[in-house]
Amino acid sequence: MGIESLLVANRGEIAVRIIRAARDMGIRTIQVYSEADVDSLPVQLADDSVLIGKPPSTKSYLNIESLISAALDIGADAVHPGYGFLAENGDFADAVEAAGLVFVGPSGETIRRLGDKVTARSSADAIGLATVPGSAGRIDNLEEAKPILEEIGFPVLIKAAAGGGGRGIRVVCNQEEFDRLAPQASTEALTAFGDGGIYIESYIHNARHVEVQVIGDGESVLHFYDRECSLQRRRQKIWEEAPASCVPDDVRMRLCDEARNFASSVGYRGAGTLEFLYDSSTHEFYFLEMNTRIQVEHPVTECVTGVDLVRESIRVCDGNSLGRSQDEIVLKGHSIECRINAEDPANGFMPQPGTITELKIPGGPGVRFDSMLYPGYTVPPYYDSMLGKLIVWDEDRPSALNRMRGALDELDISGIKTTKSLHQALLKDINVVEGNVHTTFLDDWLSKANIQ
Amino acid sequence: MSNQQIVSPLPGIFYRRPAPDQPPFKEVGDAVSVGNVIGLIEVMKSFHEVKSDKAGTIAQFLVDNEDAVMAGQPLVDLND
Repeated sequence: MGIESLLVANRGEIAVRIIRAARDMGIRTIQVYSEADVDSLPVQLADDSVLIGKPPSTKSYLNIESLISAALDIGADAVHPGYGFLAENGDFADAVEAAGLVFVGPSGETIRRLGDKVTARSSADAIGLATVPGSAGRIDNLEEAKPILEEIGFPVLIKAAAGGGGRGIRVVCNQEEFDRLAPQASTEALTAFGDGGIYIESYIHNARHVEVQVIGDGESVLHFYDRECSLQRRRQKIWEEAPASCVPDDVRMRLCDEARNFASSVGYRGAGTLEFLYDSSTHEFYFLEMNTRIQVEHPVTECVTGVDLVRESIRVCDGNSLGRSQDEIVLKGHSIECRINAEDPANGFMPQPGTITELKIPGGPGVRFDSMLYPGYTVPPYYDSMLGKLIVWDEDRPSALNRMRGALDELDISGIKTTKSLHQALLKDINVVEGNVHTTFLDDWLSKANIQ
Repeated sequence: MSNQQIVSPLPGIFYRRPAPDQPPFKEVGDAVSVGNVIGLIEVMKSFHEVKSDKAGTIAQFLVDNEDAVMAGQPLVDLND
């Protein structure tokens, strides 16, 4: 018991965030880095650093063997995976524990169980948490689909069992279309994924993405309320808020309680997020999946609850109990996060690696910028394009929107193009201002709008 | 016989195959014409095709599959 030194098995802004949390707790920090990250901010901030390999992540941040031997060589007693990279790799969690170190996250077994969509869904079914209505698993022929279609009604989505990233999805409005398109979808899935299995799901028109933050200590679980992340470009979140303005308070309580029950039912340890599709016309919510790690958008939850989620998750993974009750977690005000990416919105979101020549960071009450940037830093081309997250808090949503406008105006990143201009344009859109958005809103908006 | 080169349009990681389980776009000795894809550059998790802006025969690859490359770095020597 008692983590004294923590190896940060990640990079970029989340590495900086983890180092800051660990430093506040009096824990020594060790930052791993690839050859491309020698000059990075987390390497400068950590107490120690270890070179683990070449720039491509497969040769560094995804190399389990290098990470474990770095941790053992330098005498770390815990490993934090951050998000992305190996954060949801059960084998990595197992390897960390097998090396006698603390993994800041759930067990490998829990990661695998919740990472598989079919077993996650059956865990939800087992405790009565609603999932999107549809076939229990794959359907093998049209006859098998008939009773399911009668039960859930049209429109439905036909999805490839082996698919991902939205590929191979068809929207079907009636039986005739279904009979025609289902065999096509199966053939296409076989060609694309080597597996012709398909399944069906009810199509929720204008669905919103709502999620619930939880932290468990392996025995009990607390929820930290909800977030909405409906503004997505090609299924990548770019803007998040807490709480979800589309969810009425009575539904919020039910949603958060059910999420908490689910996490309790699997004996969850660490920070996790349950993702839901939300139908704002009926106020029904449907469990999609659980992410078994800290998420990019955790700061909006920190702003509205006042709890340092990164510190809390390190504490519980170190064997401490949560040490507070659910009614001590109180929702206050409204928070918004805009992801600032190294992409040019005026040129098809072309990636923009390069050197930051000038940097002005906004400040004032309720303004936070989580980032790994500094003037003169060169953004390498090898990793994802996120440069930082601009987060604001205010007493209510209209004030928070206003504060975000001012903070974006103050933010100045020179040398490369960023998505700041996208957020400024979105803040002028009446639907965004009124919170009238859904998960395909931004893709539609981008196909119509001209942003400079 | 004059030598020409195909250079990388972007910084990133160079791949010679469209997917790990597929054959390379081009091998040494293959003919290329203008617009032929000779590889991919992965930059910030997105993939961009490297198209030849010249015609010729591939004499040699100057970088290995999955090597890090800079914008403007020669990738391929071409013979006429």
